This record gives sequence, structure tokens and C-alpha cells, in this order.
Amino acid sequence: MSILVTPQTRLLVQGITGAFGARHAQLSIDYGTQVVAGVTPGKGGQVFEHAGVKVPIFDTVAEAVRETRATASAVFVPPPFAADAILEGVDARLDLVVAITEGIPVNDMIKVKRAMQGSATRLIGPNCPGIVTPGDGKDSHGGCRIGIAPGYIHKRGHIGVVSRSGTLTYEAVFQLTSRGVGQSTCVGIGGDPVNGTSHLDVIQLFMADPDTHGIIMIGEIGGSAEEEAAEWIKAHGTKPVAGFIAGATAPPGRRMGHAGAIVSGGKGTAQAKFDAFRAAGIGVAATPSEMADTLLKMM
Amino acid sequence: MNIHEYQAKQLLKQHGVAVPSGEPCKTVAEARTAAEKLFASGHTLAVVKSQIHAGGRGKGTFKHGFKGGVKLAKSVDEVVDFADNMLGKTLVTVQTGPEGRVVQTLLVAAAEKILKEFYLAVLLDRANSRPLIMASTEGGVDIEEVAHKTPEKIIKEWVDPAVGIQPYQARKVASALGLKGDAFNSAVKVILGVYKTWWECDASMVEINPLAVVETPAGKQAVLCVDAKIGLDDNALYRHPDILGMRDLAEESPLEIEASKFSLNYIKLDGSIACLVNGAGLAMSTMDIIQHFGGMPANFLDVGGGASKDQVSAAFKIILSDPNVKAIFVNIFGGIMDCNVIATGIVEAVRETGLKLPLVVRLEGNNVAAGKATLASSGLTIISGDTMADAARKVVAAVAA
Repeated sequence: MSILVTPQTRLLVQGITGAFGARHAQLSIDYGTQVVAGVTPGKGGQVFEHAGVKVPIFDTVAEAVRETRATASAVFVPPPFAADAILEGVDARLDLVVAITEGIPVNDMIKVKRAMQGSATRLIGPNCPGIVTPGDGKDSHGGCRIGIAPGYIHKRGHIGVVSRSGTLTYEAVFQLTSRGVGQSTCVGIGGDPVNGTSHLDVIQLFMADPDTHGIIMIGEIGGSAEEEAAEWIKAHGTKPVAGFIAGATAPPGRRMGHAGAIVSGGKGTAQAKFDAFRAAGIGVAATPSEMADTLLKMM
Repeated sequence: MNIHEYQAKQLLKQHGVAVPSGEPCKTVAEARTAAEKLFASGHTLAVVKSQIHAGGRGKGTFKHGFKGGVKLAKSVDEVVDFADNMLGKTLVTVQTGPEGRVVQTLLVAAAEKILKEFYLAVLLDRANSRPLIMASTEGGVDIEEVAHKTPEKIIKEWVDPAVGIQPYQARKVASALGLKGDAFNSAVKVILGVYKTWWECDASMVEINPLAVVETPAGKQAVLCVDAKIGLDDNALYRHPDILGMRDLAEESPLEIEASKFSLNYIKLDGSIACLVNGAGLAMSTMDIIQHFGGMPANFLDVGGGASKDQVSAAFKIILSDPNVKAIFVNIFGGIMDCNVIATGIVEAVRETGLKLPLVVRLEGNNVAAGKATLASSGLTIISGDTMADAARKVVAAVAA
């Protein structure tokens, strides 16, 4: 088991003919992920071919879903069109939409989030590395890779990883794999101030997943999502959780790369998040180099 | 992106919000003309406000000794005298740092007779992804302190983005502020307009402090925005070319402007260890780990997920133009990007810049063996770190040595 996606998940890629989307569709195919459809408006009927795999391209997500029974989507559409692309996936009743796109206007995401209220579709991202459920093959081949994460650093196993940052997720995964410890699923929820899935959402899924035995939660400055997750873990947590918060040295009022990584009005500080972690019994890694070791000591 | 007060007031005015009459002035002559117009139209008091992207202007001091970046003037001559002391001069406030900012524009505006001051802001509530209108009867003071000490004095009204703000919501806020009659009606209009400005301009924050009840020449009460601050969502600027035109490069750090030309995300800090990292989260963590081992980061620098050789080279030049830098820490987790491309970029940049400072490189990920070989065979003195912690210890030691 795993959360959100399995090696059998049928993936469609929105924006498959763009340079970025194409490159990562290829890498997902190489990883053994079931890439079953592509969507690029106006290019319906064409075929995306890679390593002997022929992926049909459709004009609309609805058509792609009807023809290929895809249940999940990776959105690689440029920022001005990304909100529309996400809502198209919601309209087509996908189980999961993973928005990789960085730079979507906040107001667009406020509207998307409101429009998704009551819908059964889960949105991950935007501005995120995506999801990986590692496979059983060499270098975790045969898993489900949605997004831009390097598949080969993973290893099939029992640790869940959730993070707002891409490379910091890879860092944690790499630390685990180097110590011979595998992952159930790794989820990058994204660095924007408005996102589809929160730390708490993913933590709840990991706690309910019998195949996940421990969790690494990585946060950063800005907002209060980490505090909310910590509060829930304090009351309902059943598995060891360790984590790290990036940005203790960031100057207040400055956006640190991610649109959501900002301490404003004294809110969203690393200190407040570390305090919430400690109060909830979450293991705090003294440095980002010790994320895996901190968790493994608790298990 | 941030804009000046006078620009914020222009945007507010375009959205139907009342602001005191006034004009931006870039020269003393313009200030004289603006002042003459104000006094001729019946105003008896003008205010001369330095336009810089930093708070605390009123209590600031100019480097040549002139006190106050915001001054009240009773005559045209007084406006001219103040303009002469402010324009082209460097204003130091609690927010500018000791180097201060050069005042290039003044706002010369009517000083209204203020009866009462309030606070009004619109921002995103990240906890529920909805726009939030925040108001308080405690205007003209530090709102963070009010929120901390007397949270009951903060009025909050959330807007459903599906339908937008409804007039009753503005009435609720105006009523909670204790306004009546003309002032109530006037405040409702201002609140609706401020929200509209926030939404339509894709602002991240619109803050009116103070929002003031004033007495009009006709003896009635009206509400207007005496000070205004607007921050904009950088991601949405592509659909607002007019607002993008308000960008003032003089208010930004030259190194940060240079970095943005190469799509590098650079923020200058005060420490001595420069960092070059891929990914925002890893870049922040790199700063944190430097401090953990007793050093101080000189900057935040995210070269992005697909950094090219040119970007690495540009990044080196930018971090080396900071005179405080005593050592460099390159921390790359190349998941997809080829570590050898990065290594080649580093070697070229070191040769090009004739780097003399200690350089610690931690390289991990795709094709890392080739990358490490490139560094080792370059003949350059590059200290290699196996993990982030190992590299951080080494770079801190190099600075201490």
C-alpha cells in the first residue's frame, strides 16, 4: 500500500507537448509509471512517443479520461493557463490533480480552491515537485512518479515524506535510501500560499495507511500549516514523526524563493513551528542533514 | 513588488476610494506648483511626504541632519523649504537600515483635519484561502502590537471569492468601527473600494493606516485614506502592465536586480558565507545549517531546478560582488540536473573570476561521480563536503581560519 497513488495509477499529463511537460513525461515513462494520455488543446489525435511507449494526445481532459480511464493528472501548463487546467481536471472527475506549475497568481488559486469545495478531486500543489510511490525494481523502478522528482533516489519501504520544498524532499529521501530505509509515498505539497493539500491532509493519510510506519514532515517559514498538523498529531498521532523547518535565518518580510515562504507581521516564524513540533512530540532535526537519523532514532 | 504611497493612492483612487488631494513631485519647482494649487483651492495646511519603500518615515532623520521624512507645512514657502531638505537627500528610518534611502519623490498633499483614526487592510488569510478584511479602531499605531495585546480590537470579515464582497460586509465593518451617519456611509464606500483594489490589482496586501474620519470644508464628516501601502503578487504582474510600470528600481538592491536578469533568486544578507543552492527550501536550509555551525550566511541564492552553466557563472559574480563575503558554500542536490554540468560551471566560474576565497562544494545526485571528478581534476583548491553538515562545518572553519 501507499497513499494517493500506486504503481497501477493511470496518469495523464496536461501540457505534454511543452518542453518541461515532455521531459518529465519521458522520465515518468522511464520510471515505469503508467502514462496513458496527454492533453494539449489543438493537438488532439497526435501521439507522444518515448522508449517504445505510445501515448495518445487529446484536446480535452474529459476526452482523455473517457478514452484511457486515467485517474490522475500532472499539470505542466504555464501559469496564466494553469488554474483553468486544474479546474478542467476537476470537471473531468479525476481522483487526483498534481499541479507542478510555479508562478500561478494567488487570486487564481483562491478561485480554484473555492470552486473545488465539495468536489471529490484532490489537488496537490501548485508549485510542487509532485508525488512518488516507489516501485520494487532497481532504483525503485516500476513506481508511480507524478511530477519532477528524481525517481531513482527512492526505495520501496515504509516511511512517508511530506514537504513544501522540492530539493529538501529529495535530501530527506536520499538520506533515508542511503541508510537502506525505503519510503511508502513522498508528497511535495508545494511552496505557494494557497495550495490544494496541506501537511495535515497528508499526515492523516499516512497515519491511516498500514504500510507507512513513520513520517518525515518538512516545513518552512510562512503560514501556520505546520502548526495545524502538529496540533492534530499531538491529539491523534499514532506513528513516529520527525521533521525540520527551513528558514530560521530568513529576514522577516522577505519572500524566500517560494511565494509562501515569508514571515509577515511576526507570523509564520520557524521558531513557532519548531515549538509546535516539540509540543506535539515530533522529533526535531537539529540540521537538515539529520532528518532521516532523527526519525530512525524514534523508531 | 512594492510600490510607493503616491502610487498606491493612485490605484485606490482609480477604484473609487477617497484620498487627500495631492501630487507626486520630483523637483522643488514641482513641489512649489503643487503647494500653490493646494493653498489656492482653500486648503490651509499641506503635508510633504518622502516617498521611499520603508516605514517609520515621520520619525526618520536625513543624513544631513534634517529631522522628519513627513512634515506639515502652513505655506508654500514652507513646502519649498521642506522639499529642498528632502529631495535627493538620504532618509534613515527604523526600517531602512543605517545606509538609508535617497528620496527621489515627494508627495505634496492636503493635510486634512483628522477627527479619528482607524486601521483597515485586506489580505489573504492563508488558513482558509480566503480574502480577509481586517479593521480596527486603533489606527495610526503599530497594528501587530494591537493584535497581540488586544485581539478583541481587531475586526475580521472574510469574503467568499465565489461571489466577491457584498455591501453588507462593508456595513458590518463600518458599524463595528462605531461609525454613524455621513462617516458610516463614506466608510462603506471606502471599504468596498479598498477590497476592489486588492482583488482587481492582484495585491498581496492593501493597508490603510490611518483610515481617517475628517471634517470636510462643508462641515460634514467623511472617511479617507491618509496613508496607504500596497504590496503586489509578483506572479500576477504579467496581467498588470500599468502596475509593473510603477516598479522603482532605485528601491531595490542592485545585486538583486542583477540576479533577477539571470532568473536567479538572490537576497542579500549580512553574513560572510555566501551560498549557491538549487531549490528554495534547500537554499533556506543551507543558510540555517551555516548558522547552526556558528557562521553567518551572506545571502539566499536559489539557482532553480535546471541551472545552466551561464547561471552558475552569473551567480558566482553576484555573490563575489558582496565585499563581506569571506567564503563560498555551493550546495547542490541535482536530482534531475546533471551534477557534471554544475561542476563544469563551477570550475569555469572560479577560473573566470580568479576566485581567491575558500570554496566548499557539496554535490549530490545525478551523475555525481563525474561531477566530483571534474572538480578534483580541475587543479583548483576546492574543498569537498560529503553531506550538508560536513560541508557546512568545513566552510565555517574556513572563515574562522
